[in-house]
Amino acid sequence: MLANKKGMQTLTDASRLIIESMARAGADAFIGYPITPANLLYLYGSQRMPLMLAAPDEITTLQWMAGLSAAGRIPVTATSFPGYALMIESINMAYMMELPMVIILVQRLGPATGTATCGAQGDLALLNGQISGGHPLPVLCTSSFEDCWTLSAKAVEMAVNLRTPVVLLTSKEEVMTSKSFDVSSLPEIIKTERKYYDMKCDGKYKSYKPTDLIPDFLPVTQAKHQVRLNASTHDQQGLLQHSSDEAMNNTRRLEEKIRQKAYEFTWYDLDETEKADTLVVAYGITAAAAKDAVNQLRSEGEKVSLLIPKTLIPAPDVYIEIMDSYTTVVVAEENINNQFCKMLYGIRKPLNQRFIGSLGKMITPQQIIEEVKS
Amino acid sequence: MTVPFLNTDALPYCKGCGHSLIAKNTAKALEKLNYQPLDVIVVTDIGCHGIIDKCLNTHTVHGLHGRSVALGAGISFANDDPNRKIIVFIGDGGSTIGLQHIMEAARLNLNLTVVVHNNYLYGMTGGQSSGLTPVGFSTTTSLEGNPFEGYDICALTHTAGAAYVSRIMGIGDISDKLAIALSTKGFSLVEVMEICPSYGVKLNPRRKLAEIVESSGRQLGEWTNKREPHVNHQGRKNEDLLATLPVIKKGFKSYLKSPMSLVLSGSAGEGVQLAAGLVSKAAISSGLHVSQKGSYPVTVGVGFSTSELNLSPVPLSFHGINLPDTAIITSQDGLDHNRKRIEAMTSGKLIIDSSLEVPQTAAEVLQYDFRSVGERNASVFAIFYWALKTGIISTESLFKVIQDEGKGEKLPMAKIKDALSAVK
Ligand SMILES: Cc1ncc(C[n+]2csc(CCOP(=O)(O)OP(=O)(O)O)c2C)c(N)n1
Ligand code: SF4
Ligand SMILES: [Mg+2]
Repeated sequence: MLANKKGMQTLTDASRLIIESMARAGADAFIGYPITPANLLYLYGSQRMPLMLAAPDEITTLQWMAGLSAAGRIPVTATSFPGYALMIESINMAYMMELPMVIILVQRLGPATGTATCGAQGDLALLNGQISGGHPLPVLCTSSFEDCWTLSAKAVEMAVNLRTPVVLLTSKEEVMTSKSFDVSSLPEIIKTERKYYDMKCDGKYKSYKPTDLIPDFLPVTQAKHQVRLNASTHDQQGLLQHSSDEAMNNTRRLEEKIRQKAYEFTWYDLDETEKADTLVVAYGITAAAAKDAVNQLRSEGEKVSLLIPKTLIPAPDVYIEIMDSYTTVVVAEENINNQFCKMLYGIRKPLNQRFIGSLGKMITPQQIIEEVKS
Repeated sequence: MTVPFLNTDALPYCKGCGHSLIAKNTAKALEKLNYQPLDVIVVTDIGCHGIIDKCLNTHTVHGLHGRSVALGAGISFANDDPNRKIIVFIGDGGSTIGLQHIMEAARLNLNLTVVVHNNYLYGMTGGQSSGLTPVGFSTTTSLEGNPFEGYDICALTHTAGAAYVSRIMGIGDISDKLAIALSTKGFSLVEVMEICPSYGVKLNPRRKLAEIVESSGRQLGEWTNKREPHVNHQGRKNEDLLATLPVIKKGFKSYLKSPMSLVLSGSAGEGVQLAAGLVSKAAISSGLHVSQKGSYPVTVGVGFSTSELNLSPVPLSFHGINLPDTAIITSQDGLDHNRKRIEAMTSGKLIIDSSLEVPQTAAEVLQYDFRSVGERNASVFAIFYWALKTGIISTESLFKVIQDEGKGEKLPMAKIKDALSAVK
């Protein structure tokens, strides 16, 4: 790819990489409502996506996306907590209707409007409990410019293949910082297409009859088979039910679908040092500080390993297996309540774990180095 | 064999509910207009009217309370087949909570027909007042009569730009009236006046629907706007966001041996972000790795403007800067914004405009009159000064970026060169 640019450096921000990657992956509509720090994503989305719509608010944003998705498009939006909060009921709707879409959530300092131009990692707890019923909605989190390229495309693929909204989690510090970057190093992106039910089949199409957990899709704009989409509890046909067995099985399937299929979309970096007793764990923007810290510690002769989780929800069991296998685990996350570990372990922090938190400031490599050495 | 729109006569409503009449007449209107059921997508809201899905042979989409018009709008944006018809069934309650969606669809004149089932109350949840309940009408939450005027949904939708709006009584055969809306190109809305037998009739025992409508001051009628229906707007598109990124060729050398951080700060409108971009690109052309991030107040045109840069001979991960190795300050705004950091610096350099009072700092202080080239160019001059004094990147590399980006005309290059030659 980009043969004319082989080995050439550019100065780019991560927003550009995310949008270009998603467009190449098949996303074809960007629905925007302005909010700092997601505005660059909106700008690029408006330039790059075949269809751009300026919504009058974030509830409309999600509803328009759901309508587009029901008609076969692959819509994307970008927002931050205040906008995301407005979207949540509609995200539940799209989850229940099984409509693919990607929501880029750029974290900023809360609560409420908080500080629009200050980074944070404060939204994981919300994401982990956002679907009524506690079902998992996939969340992929970028921790480098390379991730912004590869995971963004994977978010599109995951949304389409699993028929679900997917959240790409990032933060102000990632999408609003420019870096020298060699774009010729980026791998090719494979385009994802919406998969349709075989129209040649003459049997009765049922909107929520699964093949291997995932129902075949047909757009509401075709005229051969009847499509019934429903955000209320429904049977395989898509008809409203109170709590019939068939409907409860359908709701159960929503959970199983994500849990079972997500293994194909599980990413993390594990950089282990032989005989290391200490493991540093960080995701998102803090992973950069963790990488520098671990490099520095190793150059000083310390034995230390590094885990960077990228698939945050559903969290694979392997995170717990890895973290439990070290004598000391230092987890760094830019909030003051250790959301990642609470998600994995509940409120009872394992005795081998230490937490570095921060509010309103990025966690530095130095802080991690000091904690590991202490 | 033609497939009917409704698969049953037994609709799931209380006896005498106007919702049945609307469903049956919508089906009749669609038949008159020669639609086939699968040409039609019915989006239903949450409310009594919305439980019609199972009786329809059309496509059905059952979403959230109040959001059905926006959901239908999304389908409309994606649909380019003129043979498809998108219909939204919504109540007075849904029209209240989702008013914005109706206004937006009308403003854009989307291809969509909305049928408002106005029974003056929230039927499904027990007969409470809605935004469309008229003054004096009794509901379970206003037994002595609603104290407020209701919205005129037709007037609002008409003013928002809908191609066609009508208010009709939900009595008798209304299929022809519905057919006018259904055959409109662009956005149409029909407000059908009903009374809910279970709550409305019970709580307003001696009142007739016609009298309620009349006393509410709402006229029956039609309102039109001569407008073209919505077409998706295709602005100027960029087919590859990477291809339009300037490639920075290596043409210079830097003798930087380890990473350094640089904070450049001044006032809005004085070229801080521009100057930072020049440093970044010149550094890349000198083989360095770079990160650059800006910060400024919410009102971008006033107050401070700061850029934080990391320059490094090896790849960078972390880009945050606590105390910088070098701070370049060109105005009072910049000084105020960075004073704490500068005071905390224990080493490194402070390069500061000579008009400013130098704060207490352990950094080496270099003062110069950067504003002599005009305040708008102070930051650009300051980075040339920094390059000349430190040699971290060459002034030639900066000149080259300016030339490559065609910025030479906007900047007073001769003046900057002159001023630079005076630097010792
Ligand atoms: C966000 C949200 N708030 C409240 C409700 C509860 N709710 C369900 S139906 C309804 C009222 C429906 O009234 P209307 O739209 O007038 O329809 P009708 O039942 O009168 O036909 C409400 C408030 C809901 N489903 N969702
Ligand atoms: S409660 Fe009222 S609105 Fe609902 S079905 Fe019965 S009569 Fe109709
Ligand atoms: Mg009502």
